[in-house]
Amino acid sequence: MSGERVLEIEDLHVWFELGDGRELHAVRGVSLALEGGERFGLVGESGSGKTTTILAVMGLLPPNASVAGRVLLDGQDLLARGERSARPHRWSDVAMVFQGAMNAFNPVQRIGDQIAEPMELHEVAEGKEARRRVAELLERVGIPAARASRYPHEFSGGMRQRAALAMALACNPKVLLADEPTTALDVMVQAQILELLTSLANDFGLAVVLVTHDLPVVAHVCSRAAVMYAGEIVETGPVEALYHEPRHPYTRLLYAATPELHADGDLASIPGAPPRLDRPLAGCPFQPRCDRAFAPCTEEHPPLLGVGPGREAACHLNTAVREVQA
Amino acid sequence: MTTNGSGPLLEVEGLVTRYPVPRGIVGTLARRPRERVHAVEGVSFRLRRGEMLALVGESGCGKTTTAQSVLRLVDPDEGAIRFDGTDIMSLSHRKLRPLRRRMQLIYQDPYESLDPRFRVRATVEEPLLVHGIGSKAERRQEAERALELAGLSPAALYLGRYPHELSGGQRQRVAIAASLVLHPDLLVADEPVSMLDVSVRAGILALLDDLRARGLAILMITHDLSTAARYADRIAVMYLGRIVEEGPAREVVDNPQHPYTRALLSVVPRPDPRDRVAPEILRGETPNPVDVPEGCRFHPRCPLAIPECREVDPELRRPAAARSERHTAACIRV
Repeated sequence: MSGERVLEIEDLHVWFELGDGRELHAVRGVSLALEGGERFGLVGESGSGKTTTILAVMGLLPPNASVAGRVLLDGQDLLARGERSARPHRWSDVAMVFQGAMNAFNPVQRIGDQIAEPMELHEVAEGKEARRRVAELLERVGIPAARASRYPHEFSGGMRQRAALAMALACNPKVLLADEPTTALDVMVQAQILELLTSLANDFGLAVVLVTHDLPVVAHVCSRAAVMYAGEIVETGPVEALYHEPRHPYTRLLYAATPELHADGDLASIPGAPPRLDRPLAGCPFQPRCDRAFAPCTEEHPPLLGVGPGREAACHLNTAVREVQA
Repeated sequence: MTTNGSGPLLEVEGLVTRYPVPRGIVGTLARRPRERVHAVEGVSFRLRRGEMLALVGESGCGKTTTAQSVLRLVDPDEGAIRFDGTDIMSLSHRKLRPLRRRMQLIYQDPYESLDPRFRVRATVEEPLLVHGIGSKAERRQEAERALELAGLSPAALYLGRYPHELSGGQRQRVAIAASLVLHPDLLVADEPVSMLDVSVRAGILALLDDLRARGLAILMITHDLSTAARYADRIAVMYLGRIVEEGPAREVVDNPQHPYTRALLSVVPRPDPRDRVAPEILRGETPNPVDVPEGCRFHPRCPLAIPECREVDPELRRPAAARSERHTAACIRV
């Protein structure tokens, strides 16, 4: 880890216009910083805003979205001037791998040509040189170079995800955003892809943001992680600390709901459902489902506060305990 | 509804199900040979009332085809399927009908399995209507009973709702209620929680566990060994159309014998970052079931394979290191 911040997200908000005058506030003040070469997990259930967060970083949100906040890449704000400030960095500095790589590829274009496209766009390489680089990248991700002339449908799910990684690396990015890269894959193929992702991150000095609902995958790949709920980060810290000493009830319950191979206890189930994000929220967004809620939780929104070295959590319990101790 | 209380509710012996591979118009005109997908190639197992068996494996291993064959949603080529003592392989679809009421399927995706235009009441009463059971009042009563059994209580609160007004977990409970109105003896659950958020999965699994404790037999199809280990009584691990290992769930997970099961368990990610095991990652992908390897079908990817494995197609038998009488594996090396 180089210790230098390559990517900083500051107070990011994303709203989606729903058409009937309503707005859905999908990302609500997300801040995080990524160091060079670091592998960071962004964890949450469906609708928590984790994918929207990284799409905002890529500048790939749909037209009905509006964004506020800053996304700093080596000190430059990617959001400052919309598409004009995002485009020069997309694929060249920040690349992305999508869930179910079928959507990432054009079905009627050869895989090799698609991997070469960002190189030509950013003038990294063209013609023969681009083809040589495509061959090199394909071999690096475990695909015979001769398959560059094949079409996406001729690849298995695992092979497509390998090709997507090759495409993401085409312009030597510093940051790789991976959105549920193994969710649709079998467990053995998942293991292959996670191993590949880790070794690529090491070899290319990539900082990785791994977006997933799968806590064990994060524990396996990442050193730090943030847990998102209802558009906010509710806890962040080293993955060991999140598992062994969670400081937010949602983190604790999520782990308690995750089955372990050799453990036999009862699994937790969290009653209720996440709040609707097209309405204003009062108090803590997790309060209605929380097993530790107390008086201030319905009234006051808990801020994300430091709870230890490199750790933050947004829960009134942490400050209440501190007051009692003081 | 029980007739044969003591024996197994479901007995499957030597099940073989193959699908023709579409040749396409070019293949047909060129008279290419007809190929067949060997989806299930000799699968045998038994399931008792009050027992949950998990069929575990990767895509293409034949677990879903096995389940569909048991329900006669596809027609098997060979073997025997006995349900409560009756051989259902040879029954006509008309004669199968009264038995089919007693075996129900729960689908993977509650977002697709429920008709968005139907209120909960209509969805849950539908199977009764199809089978011409009960008066209007009786059907209503049955639907309420099934909803409460599925954990949607009080039922009156849910009867008038549409699927879009329900969460993912509630939708899956409605789907389960619809399968319970006919008082089945066997539930086949095909990846019942894989489309649901982690926080609601345990609730659905606990519901299935509760139904099992009430005497239902449950055949669960899953790719998730951690879930199978926690909820199933027994696990059968499938690879390329065969059961390669079978036994009590804990025994299979804590003391795996077949090299495929061992590899599969070693790559299951663990939630505790300190709980590190050296993953034994198998290279390549599962071979195409059109072209099943000779001898042991796992030998091309097996770390223990010896020349003999290319010739001998191993049968399930008790391995030397098994701790349970009922633990079997299909491997000549263990």
